[in-house]
Amino acid sequence: MNPLLLKHFTATSCIGIGAAATLQSLLEKRSGLKSCDFETVDLDTHIGEVPGVDQTRLPEDLRQFDCRNNRLAELALRQDGFLGAVLEAAERWGRRRVGVFLGTSTAGILQTELAYRERDPVSGALPASFEYGPTHNSFSVADYVRRRCRLEGPAVAVSCACASSAKAFGSARRMIEARLIDAAVVGGVDSLCLTTLYGFHSLQLSSSGPCRPFDVARDGISIGEAAAFALLERAPDKVDAGSVLLLGIGESSDAYHMSAPHPEGLGARRAMQAALASAGLGAGDIDYINLHGTATPSNDRSESQAVAGLFGTATPCSSTKGATGHTLGAAGALEAIISVLAVKNGLLPGGVHTDEIDPALKIRYLKDNRRAPLKRVLSNSFGFGGSNCSLIVGSEE
Amino acid sequence: MSLSAYISGLGVLGPGLTNWPQAAAVLSGTETYRAAASVLPTPTILPSAERRRVGRTVKLALAVALEASSQSGEDPAALASVFTSSGADGHNCHELCQALSLAGREISPTRFANSVHNAAAGYWSIGTGAMAPSNVLCAFDASFAAGLLEAMTQVAVDQVPVLLVAYDSEYPEPLHAKRPIPDAFGAALLLTPLRHHSSVAKLEAALSDLKFERLTDPALEGLRSAFPAARALPLLRSLAMRTQGTVILEYLDVSRVQVRVDPCV
Repeated sequence: MNPLLLKHFTATSCIGIGAAATLQSLLEKRSGLKSCDFETVDLDTHIGEVPGVDQTRLPEDLRQFDCRNNRLAELALRQDGFLGAVLEAAERWGRRRVGVFLGTSTAGILQTELAYRERDPVSGALPASFEYGPTHNSFSVADYVRRRCRLEGPAVAVSCACASSAKAFGSARRMIEARLIDAAVVGGVDSLCLTTLYGFHSLQLSSSGPCRPFDVARDGISIGEAAAFALLERAPDKVDAGSVLLLGIGESSDAYHMSAPHPEGLGARRAMQAALASAGLGAGDIDYINLHGTATPSNDRSESQAVAGLFGTATPCSSTKGATGHTLGAAGALEAIISVLAVKNGLLPGGVHTDEIDPALKIRYLKDNRRAPLKRVLSNSFGFGGSNCSLIVGSEE
Repeated sequence: MSLSAYISGLGVLGPGLTNWPQAAAVLSGTETYRAAASVLPTPTILPSAERRRVGRTVKLALAVALEASSQSGEDPAALASVFTSSGADGHNCHELCQALSLAGREISPTRFANSVHNAAAGYWSIGTGAMAPSNVLCAFDASFAAGLLEAMTQVAVDQVPVLLVAYDSEYPEPLHAKRPIPDAFGAALLLTPLRHHSSVAKLEAALSDLKFERLTDPALEGLRSAFPAARALPLLRSLAMRTQGTVILEYLDVSRVQVRVDPCV
């Protein structure tokens, strides 16, 4: 593929509001996970909650979009001068030439969960104030962001469970390549809700403590929330020093099971292979892998087999989900931005909350931070339905 | 880059529409439209355990996907796919929200796994063995045109055949009052970069500012406006009529998608 410039980016999760705070937490190996006190949830689990989401106000003219998910999007858009950079891109390319591609798994479903508690006792009707399109529907967050940024190009929500916002980069890349647009706001937004907290609990996939990716005693995920955005453009012939590019994308399907990964990680391996091929790189060209690393026994086992099979056992790897939690549909974009921060700062982030690496998982898992120049990072995102996507970012073609 | 592709397979299922040949007869005016509830076939491509777990939306998506992919002789396992839907499984969503509103909040793990927007794509991959990429989109009422743009750019940029599957089905009450989709409607298009023995037309797509088309028959226009996936009907009518011309499809509030149709003779 032709590389794309990550012209501007921002990330908000429980480890930091904005890129600088996120980097600082990674440098300090700080986790944002805490015992679950979200809403009325009564579960023995840990969550990664972004502080200040409920206090965030949407602009007056977009009040119909008001819900936790869009408040999180709004809070994140305001960081790192991102909104200004998008307005500048719209000015430069034209509003019609900038698209919006956002991954989400549950969008504003919390709003519907709350509305179901307020059904009319006689008719069963939802409250009149409940707005389906601008809050519940998967498109709501993409629609909110395009209106907030006053963009008029193609806009879509990508909803492939936990691979959603990685795959959003693929949709944007194809539309830029086809010259339907010149720039794209790409990212992911997913926020805490009862559906995912109780849902993963029902599948016995969530841990009671903070999640411990690749630990011998790992026992499930911690659910987090995040919003992360990038402004993508065609890479110029001469790239400024310090710029980070999107170099490759690979996608695949497992064809195996709705909620369990392929046991040998065949789909995951295929996605990583496709990403390397699209970047014109070999396995040896990757300096660090940001793993999907959810901390369920089967996910980490399957991913380690896929990674070891393709890269061998020498490439440094870690999962940042011990710090951020699993931010589901936002994970692909959040971890793409963490990978960009890794390249820009020469940081291989050590996995937080992992004490004893599972000896059965034959990969080089980093527990401690390492500082070293990094040229290329591969980031994995895999989801329910067997949806897989790997991204490669780097400092040069 | 011109955004072009050949349509090499079609599938349709909806109220009063049972498959593409019958829908084509209705759309071209050789058969009278008779309203009737959509009949969704059992998805025989799924293993029996999975077959019992799927709801109406998955049955709908798999039915039109199978019809469109079977005409070309392409192996469905090798096909990249784009699934696009405004709302996925409304009954499943209702059951989850209902359970979460009650004390105890006991929810079914199968319902939770099926609640993902990409459930139909996941079952398609399991049923056909397809390990090729599958993207799953939502753009509310603009979902069909958004899916068409995604599929056309995949064909043009990656030069691979892509199966586009657009589908929507109803929510039960109380969500139905907020999102009144009346029944189930799906349309699938197999788009190929090269002309195929089964190709019916060449398409060329672009963004447009022109007014989108409605259908003159009030019953068919009723379908078009009731189901986001049925926003495809003006394009399907043009394919059924086998006439050359340009169709303007409804998309976002600020733009439309224009499709030039050149029938293969």
